[in-house]
Amino acid sequence: MLEHKLITKHIGNIDPLSIDDYVGVGGYAMFKKALGMTRLDIHDAFEASKLRGRGGAGFPVAIKLMAMAKETRKPKYVICNADEGEPGNFKDRYLMENNPHQIIEGMLIAAYATGSSHGYLYIRGEYAQSMATMQQAIEAARQAGYLGSNILNSRFDFDLEIRSGAGSYVCGEEFALLESIEGKAGRTRVKPPFPTAKGLFNQPTLINNVETLATFPVIIAMGGEAYAKIGTPTSTGTKLISLSGNVRKKGVYEVPFGVSMRKIIEELGGGVGAGRKIQMIQLGGACGPIIPEYMLDMVIDFERFEEFESKTGAGAIIVIDDRHDMFAILEQVSEFFTHESCGKCTPCREGNVHMRNVLRRFVNKTATEQDLLMLENQARVIHQTSLCGLGQTAPTAIISTLHYFRFDYLNRIEDSMQEVA
Amino acid sequence: MPTITINNLEVRADAGMTILEAARAHNFKIPTLCHYPDLDIKSDCRICVVELIGQKGLVTACSTPVYEGMAVKINSPRALNARKAITEMILANHDAECTACVRNMNCELQRLAESTGIVKNRFESILEVKPVDKSNPSLVRNSNRCIKCGRCIDACKTIQGIGVLDIAGRGHDSDVTTAFGKALADVFCTYCGQCSAVCPVGAIMEKDSTDVVWEAIDHPDKHVIVQVAPAIRVSLGEELGLALGSIVTGKIVAALKMLGFSKVFDTNFTADLTIIEEGHELINRMKNGGKLPLITSCCPGWVRYAEHQYPDLLDNLSTCKSPQQMFGALAKTYYAQRENLNPKDIFVVSIMPCTAKKYEASRPEMSYNGQDPDVDAVLTTRELAKMIKQMGIEFENLREQKFDKPDEVTTGAAAIFGATGGVMEAALRSVKEILDERPLEQLEFDRVRGYEGIREAEVTIKGETVKVAVAHTLSQAKKIADDIRLGTSPYAFIEVMACPGGCVGGGGQPYGTTHEKSRERIQTIYQVDRLMKVRKSHDNAAVANLYSNYLGEPSGKLAHTLLHTKYTPR
Amino acid sequence: MELTAVLQAYPKEQTYLLEILLKYQASKPTHHLEEDELTAIADHLGLPASHVFSVVSFYSFFSMTPRGRYILQFCRDVPCHISDTFSVRETLETLLGIKTGETTEDGVFTLEYSSCLGACDLAPVLRVNDTLYHHLTVDKIKAILAEIRSGSDA
Repeated sequence: MLEHKLITKHIGNIDPLSIDDYVGVGGYAMFKKALGMTRLDIHDAFEASKLRGRGGAGFPVAIKLMAMAKETRKPKYVICNADEGEPGNFKDRYLMENNPHQIIEGMLIAAYATGSSHGYLYIRGEYAQSMATMQQAIEAARQAGYLGSNILNSRFDFDLEIRSGAGSYVCGEEFALLESIEGKAGRTRVKPPFPTAKGLFNQPTLINNVETLATFPVIIAMGGEAYAKIGTPTSTGTKLISLSGNVRKKGVYEVPFGVSMRKIIEELGGGVGAGRKIQMIQLGGACGPIIPEYMLDMVIDFERFEEFESKTGAGAIIVIDDRHDMFAILEQVSEFFTHESCGKCTPCREGNVHMRNVLRRFVNKTATEQDLLMLENQARVIHQTSLCGLGQTAPTAIISTLHYFRFDYLNRIEDSMQEVA
Repeated sequence: MPTITINNLEVRADAGMTILEAARAHNFKIPTLCHYPDLDIKSDCRICVVELIGQKGLVTACSTPVYEGMAVKINSPRALNARKAITEMILANHDAECTACVRNMNCELQRLAESTGIVKNRFESILEVKPVDKSNPSLVRNSNRCIKCGRCIDACKTIQGIGVLDIAGRGHDSDVTTAFGKALADVFCTYCGQCSAVCPVGAIMEKDSTDVVWEAIDHPDKHVIVQVAPAIRVSLGEELGLALGSIVTGKIVAALKMLGFSKVFDTNFTADLTIIEEGHELINRMKNGGKLPLITSCCPGWVRYAEHQYPDLLDNLSTCKSPQQMFGALAKTYYAQRENLNPKDIFVVSIMPCTAKKYEASRPEMSYNGQDPDVDAVLTTRELAKMIKQMGIEFENLREQKFDKPDEVTTGAAAIFGATGGVMEAALRSVKEILDERPLEQLEFDRVRGYEGIREAEVTIKGETVKVAVAHTLSQAKKIADDIRLGTSPYAFIEVMACPGGCVGGGGQPYGTTHEKSRERIQTIYQVDRLMKVRKSHDNAAVANLYSNYLGEPSGKLAHTLLHTKYTPR
Repeated sequence: MELTAVLQAYPKEQTYLLEILLKYQASKPTHHLEEDELTAIADHLGLPASHVFSVVSFYSFFSMTPRGRYILQFCRDVPCHISDTFSVRETLETLLGIKTGETTEDGVFTLEYSSCLGACDLAPVLRVNDTLYHHLTVDKIKAILAEIRSGSDA
């Protein structure tokens, strides 16, 4: 079995809107278990689990928990980042709409472990269905006494509210998200300080992705050591993969770290359509690298992700078959970043426009060698100098294709010269 | 104290310093653009990127703290390439017609382009031309030159607490603009000009008046006279190559004569006059149960702010005109009569540290005949410096000259108008001595001096304790005004200046004005005061003569007609 | 819904700015916000009008020009782009007789581009107000438009 269902175990077996169903399969028991543990025990479990954030950047969860525990300033906040705007990703939507209580339970454990009293669930505005489901689940949890003050007579208080995005990709970046909750445009802040020190309303704040928080009950249930045995020694546990593009069975699949992309595409996704071949895949989303078919035996783990200097850790695989023009795809990616750049820093604000304009010339077959040089330099500068992680990874697709598909660029320049002639 | 390596040199830095600060402390200049000493670190422009050894990306020097063992390269090929490309990107979205710009040769972007070695921009222009906002008498906003550094937004929002400007849109459509993109005249702009003082380029600047002044000077039938505000003599020198804090009063007179002005007068004279009028107003209000606290009104930025935000407090404002406008009113009446000139032939120019003074001069009530302005043109410190340069005057070599008679008699009290707390101190010197009916023992009122946002003092006048307060910047003024509105203000008299440090930090002062420089200028101003023979406004014999020869009693009928004004809720 | 009713539904704090804007805009058949409304919201929360303008102009959900009762948003990001064999955009533009960013004369439809709708497994997709339509074909798009038209006339 390629799939290994830890966090998606109950999906399909329960009515997402029924808290009784969730409690019936052991839901909220892990939160109760956590209430019986010391904060240090909980931290140790997460340290042993080696859990890393599932939002893209893969930051170790235990380090954030420790940083939060050290902060004495109150109030502290826990934020669930459900601003899943990276094209090709839909696993957080899948979790929210199919098992909302598990996310609430994860937030409760996080809040208890960090001494936080208030939580926010920031859901992108496009996810109306997710918002409705989560809202119903929150109300049910509040009625059942899992949210509010003195929860389960433990003297622990925690409540939670949903905040809606309003159409902005960059609000998935943690500081932009905080600005948005504070009632501002989603433009990132200078760091350091990091959110655990100075986050929402300048208070200590833990921000984690939906999938990460949904893993919290699993780790409390299994214990950190047992969890760490799944996956690879350094990339532990399972990963939700959003599989889309030119593949027969698109969808969300939970696999242990260490399986190859080819297996995921062929065994789970059923491969590409008849008579078609895989040309390339984009890994992670619009901010991820485009890599050729011959690299598909590469396995899913954080070390491989990091080689691309991008936030590929969200786990999207977009399969692109041989019908498509690479430059049209790159133009689309570039158009996306031009549309979504917050405009705060120069390289991302200005550079994406220039890259898109150059790519258009490749699409129209009017590109020159100078264009190639310019594109390469622009991509490098934007990557090296942008203020936030999203800006830095805007040129990843371009940088990766300049590496793996350089001949296509050169051929297109030659085509362009012939068109002119 | 961490030891760090900059380029190949090991240096000591203070804990908590940024790379930029550590580098500057050791004479390494890292170029910056969005960075400004008194404003928050934004790290937006990314110009100050340096290579941090052992890290893949580049880091911004302005925002990265140093740590023990840190090694940075300021000019590694990667950092240089990035800095150059970013500069090119900025220029590709910028109206780069430098020779048509007021900032030509005094522009931070131009200097950056030079230092990064840009000969020809490799990036194609993507500028979408927008209309220029010339809606008001004080400021011109040209978005086509804006580089989105956000300094003006900070100045307006953080220093002044107003927030006229913000960033609209996102990505490439980002635009520094007003609410709904309206003209500055149609929003709550006070015209204080702090935005223009911090702008690194020519995107927001004072409305140019040099042309009309040149024209007037050149006009055969015009008698062109000029007044010089107290804060100019401690700041103009900086703009013309002299050391910070130089007192250049006499050189200014000489330069203005060379520029072709018929007479050069000192605004200090009408500053003393303001003190006499305002002092009597305070005495009258205290004696007769008039509206208190009395708030000063010589700062036009503050007046406009109050008209917008505190229309209910306008009765608290002193009805006295500012020194600039008292001068203008007298120039077109008393002076015209005395010199036997047709007021229509007199062209009054003022040199002010301020952009809002241009607006003040244009207020319809500031007219001797209900038609023509009392003050015809206002030049900022920067504009005067520009004219001196245009004329090719070697300012530093000029021999000092004196102001024209009879206004040469000025006082230390007038001199300190340029510093926050100065108007208060000048008023106290007169009011206390007049009411106490005995000479002051101590001329300096130390409690109202200093740089705290709000300062308060208790002064014993005629056996009674009077509480007074001084506020500078509008965000501080707001606190005081809110208290008055709530009825919790304990003060009898309040001085408000819109700009940090008072007029020394005015929106029309030389580029690069900082709190540090303003403090320096304030020290110089107090030095000017100490050196004065006459240090109290009511001891100014020329002012006394003016009353006896022309105006009559202080606060009298003619004084009221010429020297007082009214305010309009907006 | 009256603006005052929306304002009263939330605490008077800046943090609720987006919620207020979203809720009020959604309550208007024209799906847009006007200058005087935004100024009123700014005054209510004690914010500069420039700040509210900054927020409204930043997020793509907000509009200051009137829009149709139904906002059609198609995605053109890579997963939809490569699953789109017939051009969702051109089909919609032809059927509606408008370009992207425009509103039909009868005020029923506005056609917009949206960044990824997070339904890549169902591509190509179309969002109509809060409802998602997936696995689009030309016929399916015709049916969606016809269904809305018949419903909206009633």
